[in-house]
Order: sequence, then structure tokens, then C-alpha cells
Amino acid sequence: MANISGKYCIVGIGETAVGKRPDATTNSLHLEAIKACLDDAAIKNSQVDGLLTNQPLNDSHRSYAVKLAHMAGIDPLFATDLALGGATPIAMVQLAVMAIDVGMATTIVCVHARKRSTADPTPGHPIRRGDEHWEEPWGHFAAAGGHAFAASRHMYEFGTKSEDLAEIAISTRKHASLNKNATMRKPITLEDHQNSRMIVAPLRLLDCSLESDGGGAVLVTSAERARDFPKKPVAILGMGQHHPHFSLLDAPTLTTLGGKKSSEMAYKMSGLGPKDMNFAQIYDCFTITSLITLEDYGFCKKGEGKDFVKNGRITIGGQLPLNTHGGLLSQAHLEGQLHITEAVKQLRRNEVEPERQVANAQMGIVSGHGGSLAMHATLILGAI
Amino acid sequence: MSKDERGRATRRGEPYLDEPEAKPFWAACREHKLTAQRCSSCKKIFGFPPQAFCPHCLAREHEWVTLSGKGTVYSQIAYHRSWHPAYQDKIPYNVSLVDLQEGGRLVTNVIGCAPEEVIIGMPVEVVFEDFPDYTLPKFRPVK
Repeated sequence: MANISGKYCIVGIGETAVGKRPDATTNSLHLEAIKACLDDAAIKNSQVDGLLTNQPLNDSHRSYAVKLAHMAGIDPLFATDLALGGATPIAMVQLAVMAIDVGMATTIVCVHARKRSTADPTPGHPIRRGDEHWEEPWGHFAAAGGHAFAASRHMYEFGTKSEDLAEIAISTRKHASLNKNATMRKPITLEDHQNSRMIVAPLRLLDCSLESDGGGAVLVTSAERARDFPKKPVAILGMGQHHPHFSLLDAPTLTTLGGKKSSEMAYKMSGLGPKDMNFAQIYDCFTITSLITLEDYGFCKKGEGKDFVKNGRITIGGQLPLNTHGGLLSQAHLEGQLHITEAVKQLRRNEVEPERQVANAQMGIVSGHGGSLAMHATLILGAI
Repeated sequence: MSKDERGRATRRGEPYLDEPEAKPFWAACREHKLTAQRCSSCKKIFGFPPQAFCPHCLAREHEWVTLSGKGTVYSQIAYHRSWHPAYQDKIPYNVSLVDLQEGGRLVTNVIGCAPEEVIIGMPVEVVFEDFPDYTLPKFRPVK
């Protein structure tokens, strides 16, 4: 297997303002993110020859990537939609690397936007999750339910408590409080977490991520071409995926997820390990998702996540700052697109508020997680 | 498809009785029998949802068998918020993942006890709840 580690780079990023964007549409948010990304990279749309995107949640249809490319004035030699839920933004970067590596394109924009906080009057059909007709007749409707099953089981197997999950919510909120482009910026306490209303027991409101409007994009090219771009390139060092089940009905376990094999592949490709990471942007649709992923990624042993997240270890200034932008829990839920852009900003340095900058950020790991705790993708990024 | 105030699909509360692979399952539920597909080749239970080829060995031939209805709770949760009008007056209610003795798992409800009395690992047995157009398998603690 040819090792792509370090041969491809992210040379541009774009983020829109997030939160409530009543005047925007799903389409306009995608275009806004693409424009911000190309401006950041200082290149024209005519110089981009590939586009990857996620199936839009509010309007699933064929070939959104091709539609979007032409809406953005891009004539793509390579374009497709991916549909791996919250693992999609990372999977897009991985596919961009593969497409460039085999010579099908040179410069690919990967974009995803969501319109979930305010109504999108654009006509269209919402995307299905799949197999919900084997869940909904019994009153199981929500992602909160699926993740509550994992939390309940993790508590049963390892003695994890709601107060342990609170550590993740509190630290993530602290990071959001330092981020000007975050939706929820008021710091929270353990008491706030424990007093927040139960959504699906054992998960409380403050264990749950936001519903957001917004978008993000990254531009991928070869390390060779990356030298021509004005911003400091960030190298793609390792990547992996694993999708160990599809629905709750065929999950072999809910306490070890795809992150284990996915991270093992990414570590092997990069020649790095958990101890080399200066920060982690770990998918946090619910607090339990991050706890399980920290274990699966080898930052601690299985079942020890509850101790790992304590004593400031996951807060900026600690051993492994987690979700330095405020994550899906407190910044915005764009299916992890902003976990990637934040990692790039941390590695470029001087692009975030000074109090949010991780000191000596050289390498970081990013995770994506989708569906019924089913899909997983990993990216290891490094400063050049 | 109708949408809610945020433009999302309205949640569906009923099973699809006419899904070709699942038709025998729903017909048996109507007769208060819990059934599953058993592979004629590897003899394993397919699991759910029903499908045309064995998920273990990919053989096509299978038979529908009646299960014991016994199972164990793999995980349990309690909904304190309703995502569907039909559940507004039911919260808090239990939803459980029940692993069936012969193989296969269902998303279902453990009924006949309070949500907080449902414990992971507890043995449960099937009971059937009849609705005008369909019958759902649910579970109760084994006495």
C-alpha cells in the first residue's frame, strides 16, 4: 500500500457565521462556505477542479455535488455526494486525497452546510436515516435515544455516571465561551448540567448538541501545489474509517464503536500514536460519543474515560484539549465540518482568539461519527 | 411527505406492513407469534429487519420459525420528551434493546413495570399489543 501520509494538504478553510440564519437557505449556506474557503486560499473558482459534499438533510436528491459545483462556477473533473452522516466531512477529505492521488483532480473543495435551527422554505424532501420503521412504532425516534442506549450500557459496564459526562459538556462550553463564532457562550456548571431537563434518560439537555444553521469548507491539494498558496498548509498525515454496524439492531456492542479500528488505521498510516496529539476535535453529538471515542482512540483504556475527562485534562491548557471551538455541543452542529476547520486553524496558529490557541500545536486528531453510532472516520493532521 | 416546523420529516409511528421481506413477521404478530428467519444453510437466525439473504453466510434459503419469546435487555432508556403526538401523554416511557434467546434483537418496550425498574441484563418475555391495523411485540419482566 502506498502511504499518502504528508503528501496532501489542506490549503484553505471557510466557515460561515453559525446559529440562527433565518435569511439563509441550505443552498446559500453551502455557497457562502465555498466562497469563504476559496477567499482564504486566495484562488478563483475556475482553478478548482473537484467538489465533494454531503447529501443535504432538507433536500436529498441525486448529485448535489454536481449541482453545487455548477452553482459555484466550478467545472468538476471529480464530484460526488457522500452519505455517512457525521462521518461525511472527514470522509470527503479522505476521498479528495484518493482522487488527487490517482490523478483525477488536483484541487478539491469539500463542503457541508446545514439548515436545522431555522426553517428552510426551499422545497425538497428530507433525507431518511434508514430502518426507522423498525424503531418508531415502539416510540424510538431520536438520535438522543440511540446515544442514550450507549450511555446506559456504558454506565452498566463501567460505572460511568451522568456527572462524568457533565465534565465534557462543561469543558466544551468553556471553549465556546472563548469563541466569537459560537452559539452557546455562557459558561455552565455541574449543577447546571444536573439540573438540566432529562431528554432521554440517562441523557440530559446539556448532554445534547445544538440544532444549527451554518456551513464550512476545506480545500485539499497536493503538498507540492500547497507551496503556492498564501496560508500555511496543514498536512494530512493519517486517515481511517470503520462502520461496524448499521442500526441498533445489528450493533455487536455500543460501548466500543468504529473509532477503534478507524484510529488504528490512521495511527499506522501516520506512524504516530495518541501521545503525539496536542489536541483532539472529537465528534460530540452527545457527551457520551466523545467519551467512548476518547477510549476507542487509545487516550485511555476502555471504561476509564470517566476518569480521563476530569481535572482539566480536556480543557485548553490541559494534557489533551478537546473540541477547542466548542464542538457540536456549544458552537454549532454542522456534522463535524467545523471540527476540521478548527483543527486547521489550531495548526496554522494565530487564527483563533489567543486564549483558545493550544500552545505548541503540532499535531491533532479529528473524528467523525454518524448514523445510529454506526459510521466513523478519522483524520490526523499536522503542521508543516 | 409532511414536515414539522423546522422542515424535517414528520416522524412515523406505524410499521410498514407491506414491506415484502417483513410481511410474514407482521402476519405472525397478528396471531401473537414472534417469528424470525432461520438460515437453511448455517442455521443461524437472520435478525431484524428481515431480509432476502442470510446476513451471516449469504445463503438465500431460509424458513420462518416461531421463537420462544424469551430475551434479555441489552440496554434500556426512558424517553422524557415526545417526538410524536401519540407519545405526548406516555412520557416517561421505556424503550429497550432486547436480545432474543435464539438470536436477533428488537427495539421494543418493556411494559408492566415502571421505566426505572427496567434493568440491563434482566430476563424478559414477549407480550403482544394489538392495534386496529397491526400488532406489536413488546416485552415484560419474567416473573
